[in-house]
Amino acid sequence: MDWETVIGLEIHAQLATRSKIFSGASTRYGAEPNTQACAVDLGLPGVLPVLNEEVVRMAVKFGLATHSTVAPRSVFARKNYFYPDLPKGYQISQYELPIVHDGYLDIELDEDTVKRIGITRAHLEEDAGKSLHEDFHGMTGIDLNRAGTPLLEIVSEPDMRSAKEAIAYMKKIHSLVRYLGICDGNMQEGSFRCDANVSVRPKGQEAFGTRTELKNINSFRFVEQAINYEVERQIAVLESGGTVVQETRLFDADRHETRPMRTKEEANDYRYFPDPDLLPVEIDQAFIAEVTLSLPELPDVKKQRFMDDFGLSAYDAGVLTATRELGDYFETVVESSGGQGKLSANWVMGELSGALNKAGLEIDASPVSAGALGGMLRRIEDGTISGKIAKQVFEALWAGEGTADEIIESQGLKQITDSSAIEGIIREVLENSPTQVEQYRNGQEKVFGYFVGQVMKATQGKANPKQVNELLKKMIND
Amino acid sequence: MALEAQEVERIAHLARLGIDPDDIPDYARNLSDILAFVELLNSVDTCGVEPLAHPLEAVQRLRPDVVTEADERENFQSNAPLTEAGLYLVPKVIE
Repeated sequence: MDWETVIGLEIHAQLATRSKIFSGASTRYGAEPNTQACAVDLGLPGVLPVLNEEVVRMAVKFGLATHSTVAPRSVFARKNYFYPDLPKGYQISQYELPIVHDGYLDIELDEDTVKRIGITRAHLEEDAGKSLHEDFHGMTGIDLNRAGTPLLEIVSEPDMRSAKEAIAYMKKIHSLVRYLGICDGNMQEGSFRCDANVSVRPKGQEAFGTRTELKNINSFRFVEQAINYEVERQIAVLESGGTVVQETRLFDADRHETRPMRTKEEANDYRYFPDPDLLPVEIDQAFIAEVTLSLPELPDVKKQRFMDDFGLSAYDAGVLTATRELGDYFETVVESSGGQGKLSANWVMGELSGALNKAGLEIDASPVSAGALGGMLRRIEDGTISGKIAKQVFEALWAGEGTADEIIESQGLKQITDSSAIEGIIREVLENSPTQVEQYRNGQEKVFGYFVGQVMKATQGKANPKQVNELLKKMIND
Repeated sequence: MALEAQEVERIAHLARLGIDPDDIPDYARNLSDILAFVELLNSVDTCGVEPLAHPLEAVQRLRPDVVTEADERENFQSNAPLTEAGLYLVPKVIE
């Protein structure tokens, strides 16, 4: 039987505020345990949560960037459950009236396929603390620094049909929240986390199959592995006549499998109700207009502009706008190269990305500045150096040996464009290769490449290849 | 709506309350009375009435995103039964 996979994602993006969602405690990562947990975060009696304005602004930014409805009125609710890293006994979240709902995001699956993924809702909530299970004489240690950190939970429609689509959507959200500056996207530190709801159904069937929820998968690669494993597991269960049990499963990154989180799953009953400590949040048009003005250029818009202004393909423009930093770098290269869009794209995506990958560096730590790279491209464009020699110059730029002009000068890499000098070398090559000349004149045109190679060799790659071709063609037929 | 003993046990479990099995019939009767009382509300026609999220006719005040709280760990932890290495210690919990 042919099976169809159905995936919906719940992404928790930690909002990049200075203070917590309902208290004035710091959200800085990596502090000594419990030094950033104040009376509100600890849930001490008599405290009152007060909502952080920046959190509202960030949620609205996300809503506007995903074509969502920003709710004029949203309400915080208590989600009740007992766990020691949640000292109040409830998490403040949003339930019936989330701040953002009914939006979408377009993902590119390949060069010509774009798919629209619905965003059901995005709601605000507080994070819980951390439990440390190791080495406390059989007890559990609790660090509440993270308690009360603002989260935006972004819930998608079950619109994805493969792990590949889920990853494309997740990457797009990841890129978007970083463009917007509302989340640092750091997956190692848990600032960007993902749960996946996965089910399968016979192809053509409309009703969804029973789903399982895969929890806390903290890298793009693991999300893909976890989904693929889970899909195969569910199909195997169904094909052997069994039924899929609705449950929460954890992905084991070491064993590349998912397994049930609790042996005895009890139906969750969170007994949501509106939090009497918090009043409804009202967002007026003036606030939305103000936030709209503060929005940066969004990835899709930037991508289209790169295609229109620089003549880039959709693929190239997509790669170069994947992060805000890369887009900015590329634009500076274009500017300092004197407007060489396509050439800049080739170098940023080729030589530079390759070198960065190899060195394990991000674009903002590149040893070659955008200005320096652009300066070198200018020299390719004006014919001072050939593209081939440019690779040599690039290596020297990377090693910090000066600007492109300095390197070209000190290493004598300037292209030979003097026709008489090149003609002299060509003459010499032809005289030294009578056999090949004979072959060429007898119709073996492939030999032409041999002559070009010999001339380039004799000039240590410094002759202008186009010029060599032209002159050679003329001289060999004389 | 009359509650069964099983439902009383479930409610107690959700609230993490230990109750004496002998008291279950009493709880069941009391809770059922409360539910019956609240059930009265269902006889009111609420079409066109906006659900109430808060009894006050007011809007949430927002605070600027500024860190205002200093580290008071020592003070707070003086109330905790057990701490170590800056952590609150609790009976072992395993997912």
